[in-house]
Amino acid sequence: MAQIEIENVRKVYPGGVEVIPDLSFDIAAGELCVLVGPSGCGKSTLLRMVAGLEPITGGEIRIAGRRVNELEPVERDISMVFQNYALYPHMSVYDNMAYGLRNRGEPKTTIDAAVRKAAKTLGLEDYLSRKPRQLSGGQRQRVAMGRAIVREPAAFLFDEPLSNLDAKLRVKTRVEIRDLQQRLGTTSIYVTHDQLEAMTLADQLVIMNAGRIEQAGPPLEIYERPASVFVGGFIGSPPMNFLPCFAGAGGVETATGQRLSGDSPAMGDVTAGVRPEDLTPDAAGPLPLHVRVVERLGATVHVHGVLEETETDLVASLPGSDAPNPGEVLRLAPNPGKLHYFSAETGRRLG
Amino acid sequence: MRAKRVTFRHRWLPYALIAPQIIITLVFFLWPASQAIYQSVLRQDAFGLRTEFVGMANFKRLFADPLYLESFWTTMAYSAMVAASGMLIALVLAVMADRVIRTATAYRTLLIWPYAVAPAVAGVLWWFLFNPTIGIAAYAMDMLGYDWNHYLDGGDAMALIVIAAAWRQVSYNFLFFLAGLQAIPRSLTEAAAIDGAGPVKRFWTIQLPLLSPTVFFLIVVNVVYAFFETFGVVHATTSGGPGNATNILVYKVWRDAFEGLNLGSSAAQSVILMVIVILLTAIQFRYIERRVEY
Ligand SMILES: Nc1ncnc2c1ncn2[C@@H]1O[C@H](COP(=O)(O)OP(=O)(O)OP(=O)(O)O)[C@@H](O)[C@H]1O
Ligand SMILES: [Mg+2]
Repeated sequence: MAQIEIENVRKVYPGGVEVIPDLSFDIAAGELCVLVGPSGCGKSTLLRMVAGLEPITGGEIRIAGRRVNELEPVERDISMVFQNYALYPHMSVYDNMAYGLRNRGEPKTTIDAAVRKAAKTLGLEDYLSRKPRQLSGGQRQRVAMGRAIVREPAAFLFDEPLSNLDAKLRVKTRVEIRDLQQRLGTTSIYVTHDQLEAMTLADQLVIMNAGRIEQAGPPLEIYERPASVFVGGFIGSPPMNFLPCFAGAGGVETATGQRLSGDSPAMGDVTAGVRPEDLTPDAAGPLPLHVRVVERLGATVHVHGVLEETETDLVASLPGSDAPNPGEVLRLAPNPGKLHYFSAETGRRLG
Repeated sequence: MRAKRVTFRHRWLPYALIAPQIIITLVFFLWPASQAIYQSVLRQDAFGLRTEFVGMANFKRLFADPLYLESFWTTMAYSAMVAASGMLIALVLAVMADRVIRTATAYRTLLIWPYAVAPAVAGVLWWFLFNPTIGIAAYAMDMLGYDWNHYLDGGDAMALIVIAAAWRQVSYNFLFFLAGLQAIPRSLTEAAAIDGAGPVKRFWTIQLPLLSPTVFFLIVVNVVYAFFETFGVVHATTSGGPGNATNILVYKVWRDAFEGLNLGSSAAQSVILMVIVILLTAIQFRYIERRVEY
């Protein structure tokens, strides 16, 4: 049975802005579901509706089989980690973590045991008497995590919990969060707009755009078969390349008449998508790239340029050994079976 | 950290720039203050014919004078009530406003208006409202079975000046409380809601502790206000009466000097008031430097 069910949920803010028109998906018990999408697409709004911080305009949200629309946040048995951590600045780390349990009227000994256990899990034992302002950013983040796990809720909600950390710490904490979530087996919703975080953390990835779901599924499946131009461009770094093409009886040709493939997914104008890592140098390849910038990352090299005789930008990710020089023309061919076709009008996947 | 140095081309320019401030301070504060201190150690007869040096006698007499001590306690009670009622009402209003206003702009401007009303005008306003013969508030209380008469009843008179003084302060306090409440990140109260705290509990355990710097600041401001700035209110409503029921310290200074013509004693009283205001200001500065521990 799904632990969190979101069914035909709609959100209209006072003032009449419809942020989420109609949205449904389920999250299985113990799964970590990542909501990802561009800024302003309604991720936080959805999360806050699950948390009970924002009224639900229409539809139904169920947690552990129970309709929660009318329940107060505390009755929903969830805990939330905020982007700014929202630690109570006048309370010690210990009191921050104990606050929820105290409000529930737990006996002192139970509270103490729970707080110490959470502190041990997160390596916060030495900081229990400190105030939040005496902690580093990473430590604060862990206190926020501690406050979330200490109540052993039915679900964790994370709203961009890592965006205030520096790059290195972000990677480390990302792994810690995943590890913790798997050990506790708590169903979680995780909001981010970092596609790398999304890919690495998710059991299920939900890609949102303008209040709608573009695609939902396991991250690799989404990577392999993006359902739209939007998803293809959003997941993956550097992003997928898109080429305007014409599909006829004889196959698919680029705007300059180069044959990309022999069989056609449809007839008429299509958009062909190919990931930078799915391009290989090939003297007879259909894509002559006028090289502009070469980024050497060590193991790989990103080659940025423009297709000859067009204005189409293209990026190829090649092994570090075959770096071309700026100004050269490099002919590339898409790897067999790695071309994605999208409708030129709707942007949806073809075939 | 090294102090920032600003270099002026002319040596005298910085002095010229602060000169007006210095002159104002000299003329309106230091000179009268020194006069008060000078007068407080002298005794003068009522006609100003003879003056003699008496040292601390004026002060000694004051502290032995039951009327002065009574005025002292009256002032304490009065300022405590003004500060408490003005702040309490303002806090309740601010908490309610904070619930509805997310971005306060226009409201705030309206809410500051009472503060622009001069104390004497406020006093006259309340005098009319509570006048036992023509006042509508007195009439309303009469209907409810309370015989309001601040000319005869000391308690009524005290209530009247407290209302008249606190009323004006409510809007000022409200603005500070509202600003303080709005400065508390909304995610804190949201986190507390998820942690199972209802609105009342959130107020006591999250909002009020985080508001404590504002509370302390306002206590000092309101006490200073009640002590020193409500002369007009008292003068326009009760004139210190009935008897000495509302004869607060600042009012007594004025009465003793201009009605009692006891300049020495009045000067000694103003010196004491001066010490009090210096103390209160010092507390406030120390406190603002350190902020609240949290
Ligand atoms: N209280 C509100 N009243 C009216 N509109 C709002 C309110 N909160 C958010 N919105 C609007 O709803 C839309 C979605 O906001 P939301 O905060 O859910 O975006 P988001 O996906 O979390 O973006 P980000 O990645 O920047 O955090 C935005 O267009 C925003 O302007
Ligand atoms: Mg957001």
